[in-house]
Amino acid sequence: MTGAPIVQHALLLSLLLFAIGALGVFLRRNIITVFMCIELMLNAVNLSFVAFSRQLGSLDGQVLVFFVMTVAAAEAAVGLAIIIALHRNKDTLDVDAFRSLKW
Amino acid sequence: MDAAGVALFYAFGALALVSALAMVLQRNPTYSAFALVLVMCSLSVIFGLLGSPFIAALQIIVYAGAVMVLFLFVLMLLNVQREVPARAAGGRLRLVAAALVTALVAEVGSVFWRAGLGPAAAGYEASTAKMAALLFSYRYLYAFEATSVLILAALVGAVVLARRSAQ
Repeated sequence: MTGAPIVQHALLLSLLLFAIGALGVFLRRNIITVFMCIELMLNAVNLSFVAFSRQLGSLDGQVLVFFVMTVAAAEAAVGLAIIIALHRNKDTLDVDAFRSLKW
Repeated sequence: MDAAGVALFYAFGALALVSALAMVLQRNPTYSAFALVLVMCSLSVIFGLLGSPFIAALQIIVYAGAVMVLFLFVLMLLNVQREVPARAAGGRLRLVAAALVTALVAEVGSVFWRAGLGPAAAGYEASTAKMAALLFSYRYLYAFEATSVLILAALVGAVVLARRSAQ
């Protein structure tokens, strides 16, 4: 065990990755890129779960990461199916084009 | 963690940050997807170094393997072009985004800073066998079984949503 504060730096990395993901959700306009930024934010939260699990010496944080990954996989499948349906109806992937609840 | 582990941690942490920035600043979604794969592989190394080999393997298999292949498949199916640069309210929106994200970083950073974490728990070893034992224990068994129903529902939902309608 060395003196480097690994857990604290892992939390800092997780914070920065989450911020970059949030910035991407604001700045990018391709709906698939926005979706990828959401995946990045989920990954950042997973990193903080693993870091806290290491800090507390408990496995429960890693079980939570397992469930987050399962939900993220399901979310990616359904989300990409919705994106395909959107592209079929509007013929574009620009988020500004999707502003009506029904058409 | 020994000195080599610490060096690997910082190297892959820096790689994750750089590729995440590349992903967000990139206008071509296919390049963004590849940058995201790089982020996920670096995070997998970091998970392994933090003592979670099971999560590290899962990260490669589920995220870098399944989810990102799905993303690339859809990108190629839809033949996605580069984003066009201009947007009417672009500059103002960018300022608002920067302000909000800075506020978020300051807020969460101060929480982490004030948490004042002590030294990490000693003798921590998260083997895959221990993870499996915990997942099948009474505490998590029902949630674990419920994920199988969730995956099945997502599978059916994705097929129904992406299917071409009959007419």
